[in-house]
Amino acid sequence: MQPLIENMTINEIQEDIISDFELFDDWEGKYEYIIDLGKQLPVMDDSLKTEENIIKGCQSIVWLHGYQKDGLVYYVGDSQAIIVKGLVSLLLKVLSGHTPEEILNADLFFIEKVGLASHLAQTRSNGLASMAKQMKTYALAFSSKELN
Amino acid sequence: MELMTSVFTSEEIEKIRAEFPILDQEINGKKLIYFDNAATTQKPNVVINAIHDYYAGYNANIHRGIHHLAEKATGAFEATRESIRAFLNASSTDEIIFTYGTTDGINLIAQTYGRQNLGAGDEIIISTMEHHSNIVPWQMLCEEKGCVLKVIPITDDGEIIFEEYKKLLSAKTKIVSVVYASNALGTINPIPQIIEAAHTHGAVVLVDGAQAVSHLDIDVQSLDVDFFCFSAHKLYGPTGMGAMYGKRALLDKMPPWRGGGEMIKEVTFEKTTYNDLPYKFEAGTPNIADVIALKSAIDFVNKIGKDKIASYETELLEYATEKISQIEGVKIIGTAQNKVSVLSFVIHGIHPQDIGVLLDQQAIAIRTGHHCTQPLMARFGIPGTSRASFAVYNTFEEIDRFIAAIQKVIKLLR
Repeated sequence: MQPLIENMTINEIQEDIISDFELFDDWEGKYEYIIDLGKQLPVMDDSLKTEENIIKGCQSIVWLHGYQKDGLVYYVGDSQAIIVKGLVSLLLKVLSGHTPEEILNADLFFIEKVGLASHLAQTRSNGLASMAKQMKTYALAFSSKELN
Repeated sequence: MELMTSVFTSEEIEKIRAEFPILDQEINGKKLIYFDNAATTQKPNVVINAIHDYYAGYNANIHRGIHHLAEKATGAFEATRESIRAFLNASSTDEIIFTYGTTDGINLIAQTYGRQNLGAGDEIIISTMEHHSNIVPWQMLCEEKGCVLKVIPITDDGEIIFEEYKKLLSAKTKIVSVVYASNALGTINPIPQIIEAAHTHGAVVLVDGAQAVSHLDIDVQSLDVDFFCFSAHKLYGPTGMGAMYGKRALLDKMPPWRGGGEMIKEVTFEKTTYNDLPYKFEAGTPNIADVIALKSAIDFVNKIGKDKIASYETELLEYATEKISQIEGVKIIGTAQNKVSVLSFVIHGIHPQDIGVLLDQQAIAIRTGHHCTQPLMARFGIPGTSRASFAVYNTFEEIDRFIAAIQKVIKLLR
């Protein structure tokens, strides 16, 4: 998979997303956009929907897989719930296609800025927090592989 | 719009609503609609004030103190026990044990009566619609003792198949533990008949009353139930406490569970003798404030009248059921003849979590997911449902807004 947004830093992509969200003046517009992102998320190959790629939570199943190519980390993901899929898509936009180090050091400030902080809550345990954590775990694994 | 109720006048409903300060708030700029009552009900001022009054006025450890505050606290604490006794029509306060809630009560029975009386090959019967809290304690017991868990199947409407239940009963059956009203489906089970059939085989019956207690009249003596557990927080009372009823003859023979203060008569390093009922099962300083506040919750329910509350909730349920059934793609999960005010549904092609998130944006609190009944969800072949559950402070207007909100959700997601 190619970098989703080439030649942009993680922070530049986040700024981009924030200005996209500024266009919405109500919750419907915002969620319509997230739902659309979910619908457009590239299909994740069924062979990757393994038990170990599941981010365990209590509401909907989220699959996330990371791989490394030419020193950069890429992710694919999917969920049973379309809004979660949209959130996966946002995180992929921000983190996919960067070096492990960039991903590990990323401060995901866009989440709060676009008003999605409630999805970080414990009860939405399929939410952004556990996905972001899993993505960083992949980055950490790849970076320690590099060191070896 | 006129209220379509024959039970309360709109002034009466407004008065009831005014008792619940939490309802008077906006979320995401819209007035809160709280339809997650099967998870926990909101608390009226009398309950909130009772907790405040205890800590502000007479906080003291109970039973052993000789000073004024201790006596006052002990009096209020024991007054709740009497209030529960009357609420369940138990014959004695000795049969009312305070617990952390329904789950705690079931675990207590499994770990005392269960461990004492069950052995390899003995059988425990539960139903398909049990909450995990009425499955896991028995699985733990089965693992330890080598007993066997049997499960009563249900129909597609979500009703126990009574003939199948009767077939499961035998001389091996030692415990039947069934939910009175299902948290996920709303089904009210035929508890009197279930108890009667179990008793003809010499089994004891535990009823999980968590959902039933705020809707149905409970008379433990006429039911002849052996154990009955409930939680205060589903009865407009505080969280983290509840009670368990047990027949004295059974409780007397049961060993204590947790050891500590309060549950003893005399302690030496050689031997400890245990306290009498009900204290034998109440080790340690209890949740005094919340126990005291539970009485206020029971008084609140009694003052309105459980019959009236139940009739009103049934009207709300029927209205919501009729309205939601008209929406294309909606399927109600749990269509039993007798239901408490639980409306569980799925919408074709839409994940429950998406419904929950988008209703939350519209300030409507419902529950989505498996409702801690994964085997039941598996029975229906679904990952979960969306569940709206109604309490005495909900209104027909709220249901109208809920229906409109669902339509908006469908429009956004399709």
